[in-house]
Amino acid sequence: MTSEKGPVRVFLVDDHGLFRAGVRAELDSITDEVEVVGEAGTVGEAVAGIGHRKPDVVLLDVHMPDGGGAEVLRRARPENPETVFLALSVSDAAEDVIAVIRAGARGYVTKTISSHELVRAVVRVSEGDAVFSPRLAGFVLDAFADRPGAAPISDPELDLLTPRERDVLRLLARGYAYKEIASELFISVKTVETHVSSVLRKTQLSNRYELSRWASDRRLV
Amino acid sequence: MRDADIERAASRAVTDPADDAVKMRRRRSGRAVAGVAGGVADHLDVKVLWVRLTFALFAAFGGAGVLAYGMLWVFVPQAKRDVRTAEVSRKERQQARGLLALGIGLAIGIGTLSNTFNGWVAGGIGVTLVGVALVWQEADQSTRRRASSLVLGEGGRGALVRVLSGAALVITGITLFLVRSVDLDQMQFALLSVLAALIGVAVLTVPFWLRLVRDLGEERRERIRSEERAEIAAHLHDSVLQTLALIQKQAEAPREVLRLARGQERQLRGWLYGPSGYGRSGDKVDAADRMTFAESVAQSCGEVEDTFAIQVQQVVVGDCELDERLTGLVFAAREAVVNAAKHAEVSEVSVYAEVEPEQVTIFVRDRGKGFDPAAVPGDRHGLADSIRGRMERNGGELRLRTAPGEGTEVQLHMPRETVSA
Repeated sequence: MTSEKGPVRVFLVDDHGLFRAGVRAELDSITDEVEVVGEAGTVGEAVAGIGHRKPDVVLLDVHMPDGGGAEVLRRARPENPETVFLALSVSDAAEDVIAVIRAGARGYVTKTISSHELVRAVVRVSEGDAVFSPRLAGFVLDAFADRPGAAPISDPELDLLTPRERDVLRLLARGYAYKEIASELFISVKTVETHVSSVLRKTQLSNRYELSRWASDRRLV
Repeated sequence: MRDADIERAASRAVTDPADDAVKMRRRRSGRAVAGVAGGVADHLDVKVLWVRLTFALFAAFGGAGVLAYGMLWVFVPQAKRDVRTAEVSRKERQQARGLLALGIGLAIGIGTLSNTFNGWVAGGIGVTLVGVALVWQEADQSTRRRASSLVLGEGGRGALVRVLSGAALVITGITLFLVRSVDLDQMQFALLSVLAALIGVAVLTVPFWLRLVRDLGEERRERIRSEERAEIAAHLHDSVLQTLALIQKQAEAPREVLRLARGQERQLRGWLYGPSGYGRSGDKVDAADRMTFAESVAQSCGEVEDTFAIQVQQVVVGDCELDERLTGLVFAAREAVVNAAKHAEVSEVSVYAEVEPEQVTIFVRDRGKGFDPAAVPGDRHGLADSIRGRMERNGGELRLRTAPGEGTEVQLHMPRETVSA
């Protein structure tokens, strides 16, 4: 959003000091596209720090005491509409990932992501795009899949993925970059971004599934 | 039961929720009778002398101080063993005894003077109270020892003597009281003595029951907590610590370090979030003997990761039971990952599997050097035999996309049995 003027201002939220230090060092050393302007180790610190620093992007750990990333989102987002949130976690549990996305995060990446990819992801969310790791793409596909016992469709606009969105998600899950997806599907990168943003919106707003139910459904295909 | 729950459980195990901070505890050391005055003093943060004096003075009002002391003795638990208060001086101890004598003296004296009870009753009650105090004190000593030796604890013969003499005093006291108060009507006397004995027993055992319940609960909590801790510690020791040690030794070999770290990560994940993992509340244990498709893919990817020191990123959408064809499919995919690991010269391979109603698809993709399928020498059988052959035997299909410098993608499609049958 503000990336044209100066570096993207990033705020780190993670309860592991060691991890924060590592991310900070990596981000500071490999690029001047992003700048770490603050960090926090607890939900309370994070909410206060985000309100004070007004960063462009918050890198948000999913798992923290006192409610974790979702709680930070709930408390900090209404007062900082300009700030976007990118979840960064070691968790592989689908419910956790989907939960932070539904709480308002613009994307999700795993902690094993390379520094360069992380920078790209930060810049991309700061520009208003969504960032889907292959795993998140897989979860979302799974969540919207038609299967016996799935919740009924009440709003087709929100509760169904278009075939194109499904294609894009599949390629994302297969590890394709946006550019590769674009050339594979003969569409522009911009269109890929539009599809991904639309999927993100549906994931956040759809009433298609209750999370708990979806989780227990997972094994019953 | 997901990570969030685990973290909650863990924090529960570490911090006692609002426990000791606010609760009053009787002192274990530096006490004159039962540590009640000391406990109250600690709780209110005043000098113990004032508390004792208050109790003693209130004893004058129809024995209210004595009664209050007794109630607190019963209902306030003892301090934990490891909580040490400062040693008391000899002077303070004498002071305490003096105040104790004063309290009892006042209770009896004022009581006698004001004729609320006359001498012989006071005598009977007094003797009873001393007996009760003796036994209860012994119970304090034996608190937190085994339930089987509740009364005697491990105090040995001394404890036995104290308890027996306490009981004897109680009986004597009650008898004394009765003999004087009842006009020797035999029937009534017999009834009353039975009643009195029962009351005596009940009074004597009240603190034991209370403490038994309290201590058992506390002990069980403590035991569960420490077992939990021991299990986690043992697991971390056997897995994570060992791996960290290995990683330190192998610090010069990045690939080896990566392999160790990935292997350990996978194992820990399995332990935490796996179907029968630590984080699950024991559901679906029966699923453990029959792997599903997703588990089988995960396992195969893990094996290749371990063997070839590469990272296999796998995403599986949907899941189903594993049948013969799907087993073949997973084997073929495994072989494709192995090929990528061997020939593509990359450190990461992506595996994407999707279970659809009609078919199961697996994509194995690397961004490595790729190759020209037409130029593969005829004596290389990996792709031809173990992948294509296996797929076709099971009714599946293989598509290959690759070119030199473009990476490789192996696409495996397998129709599901329910449809073709």
